[in-house]
Amino acid sequence: MNGKGKIACAIIIAALTTAGCGAKEPRADYTFENGTDVQTLDPALMTGQPEGRIASSIFEGLTSRSATAAEILPGVARSWDISEDGFRYTFHLRDCAWSDGTPITARDFLYSWKRTLDPATGGTYYAYMLFYVRGAEEFNSGRIADFSKVGVKAVDDKTLEVELKQPTPFFLYITSFQTLMPVKRDCIEEHGDLWTRPGNIVSNGPFLLREWSPSVRIRLVKNPFYWDRDNVKLNVVDVLPTENENTAFDIYIAGQADWVDAAGIPWHLIDILKTRPDFHTYTALLTYFYRFNVTRHPFTDMRVRKALNLAVDKKRIVDKIFHAIHHPATVLVPPVMPHYTSPPGLPYNPKEAARLLAEAGYPGGRGFPRVSILFNTMEAHKQIATEIQAMWKENLGIHVDLDNQEWGTYLNTESRLDYFISRGGWIADYPDPNTFLDMFVTNGGNNKTGWSSPRYDSLIAEAGSERDQGKRMEIFREAEKILVVDEMPIMPIYFNVMINLYDGDRIGGIYPNPLDDHPLKYIFIKQEPAPRFSHS
Amino acid sequence: MWMIPTVWIVATLAFLLMRAAPGGPFDAERKLPPSIERNVKAKYHYDEPLHRQYLRYMWGLVRLDLGPSLKLQGRSVNEIIWHALPYSLALGGLALGLALFMGILSGTIAAVHQNGLIDYAVMLVALAGISIPTFVIGPLLIVVCVFMLRLLPVAQWGGPAHLVMPVITLAAPFTAYIARLMRAGMLDVLNQPFIRAARAKGVGEAAVIYRHALKVAILPVVTFLGPASAQILTGSVVVEKIFNLPGLGRFFVNSAFNRDHTVALGVALLYCVMLLIFNLVVDIAYAYLDPRIRYG
Repeated sequence: MNGKGKIACAIIIAALTTAGCGAKEPRADYTFENGTDVQTLDPALMTGQPEGRIASSIFEGLTSRSATAAEILPGVARSWDISEDGFRYTFHLRDCAWSDGTPITARDFLYSWKRTLDPATGGTYYAYMLFYVRGAEEFNSGRIADFSKVGVKAVDDKTLEVELKQPTPFFLYITSFQTLMPVKRDCIEEHGDLWTRPGNIVSNGPFLLREWSPSVRIRLVKNPFYWDRDNVKLNVVDVLPTENENTAFDIYIAGQADWVDAAGIPWHLIDILKTRPDFHTYTALLTYFYRFNVTRHPFTDMRVRKALNLAVDKKRIVDKIFHAIHHPATVLVPPVMPHYTSPPGLPYNPKEAARLLAEAGYPGGRGFPRVSILFNTMEAHKQIATEIQAMWKENLGIHVDLDNQEWGTYLNTESRLDYFISRGGWIADYPDPNTFLDMFVTNGGNNKTGWSSPRYDSLIAEAGSERDQGKRMEIFREAEKILVVDEMPIMPIYFNVMINLYDGDRIGGIYPNPLDDHPLKYIFIKQEPAPRFSHS
Repeated sequence: MWMIPTVWIVATLAFLLMRAAPGGPFDAERKLPPSIERNVKAKYHYDEPLHRQYLRYMWGLVRLDLGPSLKLQGRSVNEIIWHALPYSLALGGLALGLALFMGILSGTIAAVHQNGLIDYAVMLVALAGISIPTFVIGPLLIVVCVFMLRLLPVAQWGGPAHLVMPVITLAAPFTAYIARLMRAGMLDVLNQPFIRAARAKGVGEAAVIYRHALKVAILPVVTFLGPASAQILTGSVVVEKIFNLPGLGRFFVNSAFNRDHTVALGVALLYCVMLLIFNLVVDIAYAYLDPRIRYG
């Protein structure tokens, strides 16, 4: 055999021997697809939902969320007292332990929150979740150097006292968020950057991190030290980091995964999938909208913004592009927001749109400048923009261009306000209208429209310190009216409906959840699966 | 050797290009409060002037330290590559091996039976292999082998069974090219005087083909191996995505989108070094195979 052939044989043999290694382990009780590799498992550093799913499985904060997110349940804190004025929270910790057996104390929370806020730690993107605490923002920006001036104290081993900047009715949701979860000091000091690796990590949640093979899987096992272990039904959970939508779908259909969400469901199959029993939907606190750059002509004129909004038939978009899964939106805050009803938004009205545009100086669209819709490269964004482009042509006689940019470029362009109209979206951090509405205060980091309304700002500030919940919701209604009815720096398009594929006869504990969260703690297997494929 | 200046130039160009691209590693859809943004930048030395950062990176390269990932916090680029590279190498190596074996075999057979039915059949399959893109072949194989025939698992890494479809998918276009090259080379050689001389001497037909003709006819294929190795590397990215294999491809692509400068630079440099080494190997093989070529 010639030289090349010999080399080829050698390569094949070498590769097969490496590929052959991979012991056949028993399959996990429950396997789900997470959409991507997790970037980190350090709760202080994480930013994404895939990371959050793992964090809430292996760690637990002062409070924890119920399976429907409707209730806040005790976590590490068994009870709490809130002062009359709403500024001070006193958490009473239960007797529970880390996975290395040592007891969890209030000092662990003190250390963890300090670490998250400490400028020297760096990379703690969500540290702003702690800015509700008095002095936290100042410490993080370096204006205060002494952490004891920040409003959190470990009164004793089992008591944590927190002082807020203002009464924050949703603070108990914030304490369940991953950024505020406790981490163990000596574990981090011993292992440094590698502290989250299996074998090093010390955690306190319902599950332990058994294995973390990047791009292959994460395996979690039930934590025998967890205080509520009797209520945890799953023993072994596998998390698959499948990125490709089609592959994720194939994996689910082939029976290799038990649960997948829209990240693994090709849209063109929706009509077929809709009729299946394993197709589940629920509305979430997620709104898709367009931003107008109000500092740029012609969007300085409110009438132009309103006209463009009135000329878009949101229902048509949802029906045509999303097979009537999502819900058309005329306001910013989704209807599934608990205890809150938005003011009525502006319905589709092409006649009124044309009239307003004429009043603004562009009758029949004549003389309207050439503007563009900015979006990041993704099929759905393009389809929506194309549909809206057509509607504006039909109803207003104006022509807009489509400006499709790659993700990083798009972010950069948008934050520099170098656009006319830009697609946006927002998912709630906690179930309170504030999470949506405080985006648009003057110079708010997530405003990105250049819009400023002193009245709006004062309403949001007022809601921030209002103790009566009923009054607070009224204030939010008034603010939202300014945002989506009177001044319209944004154009709401649809509210997201989440899709999950899973066998409801076999898997229990998954409920409609507006925060799109299905804590592993509550999931259980109802019966053994009927074998679909003989190999796993 | 001139490999080191090449790598240095590529590293410098890549470093500057990545910084020139709009958007940075710390951009996110949710705007960061300024204090947090400052702290993050300081952690990764992005608050230093550019030439300091460049020197810092180059010093790391000299010590073979590619730096920390900017997005996958707590993980170093070296570690990421160390874990992912074997999978990509296995996939690429197997695919190349399969392509060589099948390509050489079918090209030779086609040449020997020139203009016969076998020849046309082989060339037709070759044309299909070149024309149909990997992201069509892959899913087609999945539909047939997984869902119709229920033979193979759908994706991921497991045992050898998980490799069958990815390797076939990746090897397909190369098999086709190699078959065509082999056929052309073989046809060319079979008309040479020294082949006629061998036949006249009474050497058996099989020996004529496989001992004498092959060694020379294979030269175009060997030349092709240089660019082929580059294409295998890039082709493997798509295949890894389709079959969800834990190779380098996904890290490379994601790092470009996320502006994870260190990972993108590290993987780019790795590919550069691999290509340089592979081309060197090809050059050496060339000298060994064709007695007419000798260096220096």
